[in-house]
Amino acid sequence: MKASTLLTQIGLGLMLGIVAFIVFGPLLNLAMWAFAEQWFYPNRFPTDWGFAFWERVFRPRAGAWVSLFNTIIVALLAVLLSMALAIPAGYALARQALPARNVIMLLFLLPQAFPNLPIFVNIAAIFYQWGLNGTLLGVVLVHSLPGLVYAVWIATATFATVDRSLEEAARNLGASPLRSFKDITLPQALPGLLAASIFVFLDSIDEFTGTFFVGAPEITTLPLLMFNASMGGNYQVAAITALILLIPSVGFMLIIERFLKADVLSRIGR
Amino acid sequence: MRTEALTLNDVTIDLRQQRILESIHLAVDPGSFTCLLGPSGCGKTTLLRAIAGFTPLDRGDIRLGAQSITHLPPEKRQTAMVFQSYALWPHMSVGENLGYPLKLRGVPRSERQQRVADTLQRLELSGFEKRAVTQLSGGQRQRVALGRALIIDPPLLLLDEPLSNLDAAIRRSLRGELRRLQKSLGITTIMVTHDQEEALQMADQIVLMRAGQIVQVASPQRLYQHPADLDTARFLGVDNIVSCEKEDPANARGATQFGFRTRDALVNASLNAAALNRKGRVSDCVYTGDGYQISLSVNGDTLYATSDSPIALGAFATLQVPASALIPFGPDNRHLPPLDRHEDIA
Repeated sequence: MKASTLLTQIGLGLMLGIVAFIVFGPLLNLAMWAFAEQWFYPNRFPTDWGFAFWERVFRPRAGAWVSLFNTIIVALLAVLLSMALAIPAGYALARQALPARNVIMLLFLLPQAFPNLPIFVNIAAIFYQWGLNGTLLGVVLVHSLPGLVYAVWIATATFATVDRSLEEAARNLGASPLRSFKDITLPQALPGLLAASIFVFLDSIDEFTGTFFVGAPEITTLPLLMFNASMGGNYQVAAITALILLIPSVGFMLIIERFLKADVLSRIGR
Repeated sequence: MRTEALTLNDVTIDLRQQRILESIHLAVDPGSFTCLLGPSGCGKTTLLRAIAGFTPLDRGDIRLGAQSITHLPPEKRQTAMVFQSYALWPHMSVGENLGYPLKLRGVPRSERQQRVADTLQRLELSGFEKRAVTQLSGGQRQRVALGRALIIDPPLLLLDEPLSNLDAAIRRSLRGELRRLQKSLGITTIMVTHDQEEALQMADQIVLMRAGQIVQVASPQRLYQHPADLDTARFLGVDNIVSCEKEDPANARGATQFGFRTRDALVNASLNAAALNRKGRVSDCVYTGDGYQISLSVNGDTLYATSDSPIALGAFATLQVPASALIPFGPDNRHLPPLDRHEDIA
């Protein structure tokens, strides 16, 4: 009995250790690379530590600042565009008895069902004709494509959970349809809509393929910078970029996490 | 705002190729309390929602006072509705819930606060203004929902089973409270309910509905004593139906069946001759608190009666119903007008 309990605990500990290694191992390696000044085979650990590469990355000419700025701007615009389309679309899909509702929902999934490389290549070809290649707008559009899928699906589910009689009560007491949507439905759906925004934002932050085909070389985002650095064998720069990439993600998640707390939520929309 | 009469003319509604309401005609007096009563699925809630403007009519007209509201959107109708779920907005406090209809009407903040405070006081909820609606009990929510509807001083109040989500004791006390409030405001009120006791206690006028049609419109007393047909009678607790026999008291010309309630039927009591008599064997005897409910097997049918003392199973007993408690029905299962003795002679 006791021996078996011990065995179970050892087994559990081992499993946790392996999972932790799989999850955190690459991150640890990345963190070491970010602060390594010299790290040659066959040394297991860097032989020289320091911030020399950080200084190189953040040199004005190196483009890290511009990339960071681009990444955040593109992500924010992609969130805005996706939500601007997903809120009315999700509301209509949730509320109206559209005959082809399920078909429409599946259509939204279609871009995700195909391998995205051919899709982005084709988008790049079309955008080239429209003069959108290498523009911020083009990149935002490309990032909104996968973003819309999350946004519409989550928004539809969220609006469907809003009790219809809450809207009817507002209409009954004198609110126009738009006013009741703004004052009643939207505050009720806010947590779900924020969740959808996180998905779109995080998806955009590390989007690579679409940016590569549509944006490069005029528009560089952090993932592109990282790609270039890795391809050039500059692991330090790639690792530092990756760490920078964490900043907007973690920051956004912290903000959202704060907003998603119930007591804060109940104060939104007043 | 002045309270108004409500007139429904030929109101017909189809939903998904199915007729939900069939040519409803109804007149509701200003300041009266009308109950829409019927089993679930009879169309009573649809009718209420049609009056509020949430269900479009396929035919017919709805008038509030002299004005037709048939083609107005819900927000232009001024009909205040209390929903079955109360539909209080959970992201607003009690005070904000009450104040929102006034805010929509552009009432300035100070006046708004005053009217909210007045309403809370009338509902005996003073001091609840800042409270979240999710912290309220069922009865308190119900009162807030009622206050929110009444704060706009509407010409017509619509109540959709407002008491059905409350437990029995609160329900009983709120019935009286609601009725007193309605009378003191003199507001025309339409309430949907499936509870006959509630309708009988509260209404000036009961509209009995079945399968999308109005079966009977009557005062509670009239409806209880003279239900329009057998199904209505059963719905109103008439649980015994017997075929007429020669020696039965003839209180209606051409009656083929009598209906009566269990509490009007006595076993082995000494009534006068002008009563309905049935002999049978006792098949069951259940104590009910007030007395005993006796099941009597008469010619293969089971009749129910009351008795002060228990009766042994298998014993023969006589069930008697005073003539005044008999409800006569014709061969078409419809109520026959009861005949006064004097009319009979004349």
